[in-house]
Amino acid sequence: MSVVDRQEWDVVVVGAGGAGLRAAVEARERGARTAVICKSLFGKAHTVMAEGGIAAAMGNVNSGDNWQVHFRDTMRGGKFLNQWRMAELHAREAPQRVWELETWGALFDRTKDGRISQRNFGGHEYPRLAHVGDRTGLELIRTLQQKIVALQQEDFRETGDYESRLKVFQECTVTRVLKDGPRVSGVFGYERETGRFFVLQAPAVVIATGGIGKSFKVTSNSWEYTGDGHALALLAGAPLLNMEFVQFHPTGMVWPPSVKGILVTESVRGDGGVLRNSEGKRFMFDYVPDVFKDKYAESEEEGDRWYDDPDHNRRPPELLPRDEVARAINAEVKAGRGSPHGGVFLDVSTRMPADVITRRLPSMYHQFKELADVDITAEPMEVGPTCHYVMGGIAVDSDTAAARGVPGLFAAGEVAGGMHGSNRLGGNSLSDLLVFGRRAGWHAAEYAGSLADTRPRVDDVQVDTAAAEALRPFSAEGGEPAGGPPENPYTVHQELQQTMNDLVGIIRRAHEMEQALDKLAELRVRARRAGVEGHRQFNPGWHLALDLRNMLLVSECVARAALERTESRGGHTREDHAAMDRAWRNVNLLCALAEPDDALPVTEAVRGQIALTRETTEPVRPDLLALFEKEELVKYLAEEELYE
Amino acid sequence: MATGTEPPATEPHPRTGGVRTGTRAAIAAPHLRTDRWWLAPAATAAGLLAFVVYSTWRALANADYYAAPYVSPFYSPCLAENCEPMKAGPNWELFGSWWGISPAVIILIFPLGFRLTCYYYRKAYYRGFWASPPACAVAEPHATYTGETRFPLILQNIHRYFFYAALLVAGVLTYDTVLAFRDENYDWGHMGLGTLVFLVNIALIWAYTISCHSCRHIVGGKLKHFSKHPVRYRMWQWVGRLNARHMQLAWASLVSVAVADLYVYLVATGVFDDPRFF
Amino acid sequence: MSSYEARFKVWRGDVRGGALEDFRVEVNDGEVVLDIIHRLQATQAPDLAVRWNCKAGKCGSCSAEINGRPRLLCMTRMSVFERDETITVTPLRAFPVVRDLVTDVGFNYTKARQIPAFVPPEGVGPGEYRMMQEDVDRPQEFRKCIECFLCQDVCHVVRDHEENKPAFAGPRFLMRVAELDMHPLDAAEESGLDRKRTAQDEHGLGYCNITKCCTEVCPEGIRITDNALIPLKERAVDRKYDPLVWLGSKIRRRS
Repeated sequence: MSVVDRQEWDVVVVGAGGAGLRAAVEARERGARTAVICKSLFGKAHTVMAEGGIAAAMGNVNSGDNWQVHFRDTMRGGKFLNQWRMAELHAREAPQRVWELETWGALFDRTKDGRISQRNFGGHEYPRLAHVGDRTGLELIRTLQQKIVALQQEDFRETGDYESRLKVFQECTVTRVLKDGPRVSGVFGYERETGRFFVLQAPAVVIATGGIGKSFKVTSNSWEYTGDGHALALLAGAPLLNMEFVQFHPTGMVWPPSVKGILVTESVRGDGGVLRNSEGKRFMFDYVPDVFKDKYAESEEEGDRWYDDPDHNRRPPELLPRDEVARAINAEVKAGRGSPHGGVFLDVSTRMPADVITRRLPSMYHQFKELADVDITAEPMEVGPTCHYVMGGIAVDSDTAAARGVPGLFAAGEVAGGMHGSNRLGGNSLSDLLVFGRRAGWHAAEYAGSLADTRPRVDDVQVDTAAAEALRPFSAEGGEPAGGPPENPYTVHQELQQTMNDLVGIIRRAHEMEQALDKLAELRVRARRAGVEGHRQFNPGWHLALDLRNMLLVSECVARAALERTESRGGHTREDHAAMDRAWRNVNLLCALAEPDDALPVTEAVRGQIALTRETTEPVRPDLLALFEKEELVKYLAEEELYE
Repeated sequence: MATGTEPPATEPHPRTGGVRTGTRAAIAAPHLRTDRWWLAPAATAAGLLAFVVYSTWRALANADYYAAPYVSPFYSPCLAENCEPMKAGPNWELFGSWWGISPAVIILIFPLGFRLTCYYYRKAYYRGFWASPPACAVAEPHATYTGETRFPLILQNIHRYFFYAALLVAGVLTYDTVLAFRDENYDWGHMGLGTLVFLVNIALIWAYTISCHSCRHIVGGKLKHFSKHPVRYRMWQWVGRLNARHMQLAWASLVSVAVADLYVYLVATGVFDDPRFF
Repeated sequence: MSSYEARFKVWRGDVRGGALEDFRVEVNDGEVVLDIIHRLQATQAPDLAVRWNCKAGKCGSCSAEINGRPRLLCMTRMSVFERDETITVTPLRAFPVVRDLVTDVGFNYTKARQIPAFVPPEGVGPGEYRMMQEDVDRPQEFRKCIECFLCQDVCHVVRDHEENKPAFAGPRFLMRVAELDMHPLDAAEESGLDRKRTAQDEHGLGYCNITKCCTEVCPEGIRITDNALIPLKERAVDRKYDPLVWLGSKIRRRS
């Protein structure tokens, strides 16, 4: 048996972004000894990249807002595929979660009367996003980080040890969730700094690892987004839900190449920025889909009036949900009306005075000035779609955030599926993190507490197998019968990104996705032979070689589910099935491991690893359905759903 | 675990030293800057040194500091019996005949103290003279460092008292500038090149004094709730805008005060006559 | 503009020792130093350790020293260098090195824990917080901090004097004290915690000699010295060195 450091905790949270930290705070406050594991330094999570704000129907700016309106917007944005109970909980609880942040020291921008200011955003009927300039995610992370420190200070006063009840293991990667029979028994991981393995025994594990963007070439996501949590859940036997829905944010930077994909916040449009093509035309007016026709302005004049008088005018179509805008930009570029570097123009310079721009969009100003040498107060930005968010994720129970079929496994945040349906509204992610982060922490603590002395035990064989799996890249060459030099993990990764970008991107076609599945099979074989130089201490090549397993698993889920769903809806657009199909409204696609036995290393790499099943969703509760007009429901729901 | 957020349990490395010692990356050079980092501290040191030499000479000279209607700012107010008589001028004989040396010494202690404890000048001479540090990321040559935690540098904390004194001195210099609207026969309503020099000088002196960090704190910075003190908030913002130029004002007023003194010296020694505008 | 071959010197090694290693590497239009480091990883030195994350100047992970100056690798464009210039990249030199460009920044996390957290006001529930924009402006500037720790790295108090580390919180965390002291609803004082006094007594504010290097290196452009450290020094003076203010507060408390 390999010698690995073992510790015992009540709840282990994998991931230290908004959801993970919120879960950790909750679990600790409910009395569970809680460990948080993150790949980066504490406080560097990808949540810091969120710019626009936190959607919560507090009604501070427009008192017409309430949770029902927020729920409605969320369901519309997700094209009614949302797990409606999650959308309901989210809309109801978001204001409490935002206010709570203030009691932990967060400083949001204020209204004139001293309350939290709220801004407009795509798909939200009222100004709803609590924000801090355009660095809301940073405020969220820092507040949660400081709350964790506050709790540790409390523990220090009581026990003399800061980390007696809440500890952050930073720069560590989890490679396996360990199980005792069907139940979770802990996690296996390694320290990035030293390469040493460790095991945290715990009856409850909360996965909050975020998304999968690093499987795509053009993405706003950081290196951490390798789908680790998705893969951990899959390997632990939990299914993934609706993985075909990947959000391409309409506005990412397109130039210079090295920053291609970095996000340009939606607040640019919320605050008055407009999209133009190379002919100078505000093309979004041509792309308002039927379901949204009566909600958006038909003329530029009306759209412009809306910023000052939202009650009597309809909003400009630049503020359509993200999937619509991304597709529109894609179409304009394809039609040859794009900008020099293959995007379109996003202009605030002619819409607002320079000082207003630098005050309201400081980090955008900074970002373009520093990275592209573009002064956004004087010239338009060039933007194009970038892979931003995965709506699909671990299938969870709406109320408890418990993953299906694996007792002790919980998931929250981007890694959990269902909440956003087929498309997420801007601002709903940060509120999602808080609402379901808290719920996951709460139920994980409760579950762990309920076990008393019947805790699951860590199986030494699983630990040894996990260790062997993690060490494989160091002996890649010798172990393979095929011979030849080991693969460079960077090359395999680049090919994977190119494949997903080109063949399973914004606009999808059946034959391309089949091609992608073939390519993924080839890459899986090569990834098994990925070898690394050097030793285990802070070795990025090794880390990438291990992450490849996760990216390949998740990519296969995306490709298979996308091939299966023969319609276009939200973040899934099929050229060969261009329309939304009401018959698909209540169909969920679940991905699971094809061979769900506990044979840890998947040996038959060429064969597909993922099995897909269809599932009919539970009908929307009548009182929630009653929030919508009949005429609107007709567009989404199948006949039999309407008259039930 | 090493990657936890706790400090390492054992500290194998020495507890003293700088960038080239202990567990830091083994790089022999005290710094790797390739730009001309030494230029700024060198220029600062040269500028300050030049002023010190000039002002010491002039302050101890005890001569040529009055050319009606102008009095050198180094000698104003003149508070000893041995001062040159200035009609309606700022000389009050607070110090009797026992004061034998230059009367500038009595009063210069205040502007000198103000500038010596000024947050900008501190930066300037800590970098320029003390090399603590000479420039950012350039190793300093001292074995130990305690900053402003103990005597004498802890006295820097009395900066605000020098600020109050500087306000008084600026008031007197304003009075001198008003007096400069006389001619050499003390008739009012005249103006010469010297008047203009004095006007510029007093404007810069005030701007420098008001832009002081202590002033910014006193007018409003100490408040927790600006919203409850709208007038002080306005003043704080205004001082804040000046404060952003504190360094430029520090140098400009240093030069202007020397120029004003030099001007009086040149007129007093008869190098040239003050050109009169009217 | 086209691509060219640049000369790099990158420090490689660990706590046992190391040296600057020479590289020649392709540079393309619009790239930043981090792109070049990544190219080195992908083509010449797969185990070159570097810490990074967002690559957009928002997370503060990729702090290092370029040509001797503390900077974010992702926010330093290659176009600021001459093509024939040799660019030297080293890890942060104020902290223990782990490997290559990665340092142990644990010092900062230790210091973060020593600053008492925000104290919520009693009797004000969630949703009842009222704060005016002009009151939150000041602490909001400090909350722009991305914790890249460049200011902590450049500050000569600890950079050149390891022995000062226990006593000195560093610019980032003194700024945190200032932030909390300026927070319009922080109730530390009511709870018996005097942040102004502890800034001097417990967090080493007196070590700061306001030479402004922290402000110079801040990638967020926060005016750390002018807006946080000096105001905090003045607040400490109110408590400790100004007899008039001291007398005034005594009299006010009595009446």
